[in-house]
Amino acid sequence: MVENRPWLTVFSHVVLCLGVLVTALPIWIAFVASTHPADSMLSGRTPLLPGGHMIENYATVLGSGVRAAGSIPVGTMLWNSFVMALMIAVGKIAISIIAAYAIVYFRFPLRRTCFWVIFITLMLPVEVRILPTFGVVASLGMLNSYWGLSVPLIASATATFLFRQFFLTVPEELAEAARIDGAGPFKFFRDILLPLSRTNIAALFVILFIFGWNQYLWPLLVTTDEGYYTIVMGIQRMLQAEDAEPAWHEIMATSMLAMLPPVLVVVFMQRLFVKGLIEQEK
Amino acid sequence: MEKRVVFSKLGLPILLVAPQIVITLVFFIWPASQALYQSLLLEDAFGLRSQFVWLDNFIALFSDPHYLDSFARTVVFSAATAGLSLGVALFLAAMADRVLKGATAYRTLIVWPYAVAPAVAGVLWFFMFNPSIGVLAYLLKWLGYDWNHYLDGTDAMMLVILAASWKQVSYNFLFFLAGLQAIPRSLVEAAAIDGARPFKRFWTIIFPLLSPTAFFLLVVNIVYAFFDTFGIVHATTSGGPAQSTTILVYKVFSDGFIGLDLGGSAAQSVVLMAVVITLTVFQFRYIERKVAY
Repeated sequence: MVENRPWLTVFSHVVLCLGVLVTALPIWIAFVASTHPADSMLSGRTPLLPGGHMIENYATVLGSGVRAAGSIPVGTMLWNSFVMALMIAVGKIAISIIAAYAIVYFRFPLRRTCFWVIFITLMLPVEVRILPTFGVVASLGMLNSYWGLSVPLIASATATFLFRQFFLTVPEELAEAARIDGAGPFKFFRDILLPLSRTNIAALFVILFIFGWNQYLWPLLVTTDEGYYTIVMGIQRMLQAEDAEPAWHEIMATSMLAMLPPVLVVVFMQRLFVKGLIEQEK
Repeated sequence: MEKRVVFSKLGLPILLVAPQIVITLVFFIWPASQALYQSLLLEDAFGLRSQFVWLDNFIALFSDPHYLDSFARTVVFSAATAGLSLGVALFLAAMADRVLKGATAYRTLIVWPYAVAPAVAGVLWFFMFNPSIGVLAYLLKWLGYDWNHYLDGTDAMMLVILAASWKQVSYNFLFFLAGLQAIPRSLVEAAAIDGARPFKRFWTIIFPLLSPTAFFLLVVNIVYAFFDTFGIVHATTSGGPAQSTTILVYKVFSDGFIGLDLGGSAAQSVVLMAVVITLTVFQFRYIERKVAY
């Protein structure tokens, strides 16, 4: 910059530090609460510094669950969330990449129609078709199963468009050369397109994993069996515990566990995450 | 844009698009058309008989003061959430764009709440504002304000707005920062040489160049506030106290699943669909314009 304004720079740093603090505040409070025994919550005010019950609290929620919420171990819920997020991310990527491949590299009747059918999914989030979708899933016998949790969320217009966009930038010469060398559509896809799409797939995977992990409404609808509860919706069950003041120290420990995997993904794969997020919105 | 070199097989491409299309038809198109159809029906309480009533459900909906209330509340909630999170994010991004040292570190530290589920974000704020043990509620009491989101509708609304905005700032910040960094330095420096002070430069040069990003984010934020915030409301206030945080998505859910009013819930779904479609069309018009630049 052509000018030097030290005070403005100091001011910027102060504002940013404040922003960072406000961002971190809820997590700090949650962490502190998760390290205290139950009675220090009830004494009137949450402490501001960590206590000594961290290992106990986390072991309790992971191993045996929160008593008032039916004692489903949080370990089980974490596993369910993990399976659901993984199935959603892998499923979305798999069916989108082959659909985009078909739309870009083949000519077939109803190609446009297919494109528009996929496009329409953008306009129909789960929230606007709750009851009928639930009806379909129920009549297919998919309630309380990993399939029911993931398959209905798998269709993805954004992922399909992303791959389509990317395939359109792949030089024609590659396909020509592959054809001259006698490669069929399978071989071309496996040996040329798939390796080229590696970064896109990874970036998309990061975003979709977080998307899958954070699902709330859908798991709430399709699971009645506690064995299939996911952690994000499980927290709500703990809060709504009927008879007593919520067990805050255990709820906060569960919240920390629910946040940990996606936050780690964002922090450690930031480059891929930013790429995925920005490309997805193109 | 079309490829010149294509494979000429018939069965294979159909097989390749089939999974996507089948899932879309079964879980998206069919339920949506069901919602459309049911919104025109009136069913008795046991689901035994149904009668075709044309637009009666919609008329009932829009003459129901509860629904209109919920609509107004959703608009207030969305405007506040979008305004707050966009404003804070733009301010932080403008500051981060200024500092050369540590911009990446700041980005990491501000961006991570994106990964937090809305429901969890809601629970965290719910806890901090808890009237009997929450830290922030205690602070407010010390300042002379008696916060209670269990009893006071305004407090509950502010709680969900804060939680929703806290989570969304990260996303907006990321896009604003990318937008700011794409603005040519030479323009800003030229203005600086001409004697424009930082504040003036921001409003006359940087902000107009950033407006496409801002507009895009506005649409995304409204969609977020309308639909993705279900978890925040459901996990914390459950729409209460006295319906004061019953936003539209929550109302569809509670009328349909708890109240079992099929026709009314379907009509609400259709209204929401119209909202999403309008917003999506808006967004795509904008993208077209960007391409035309």
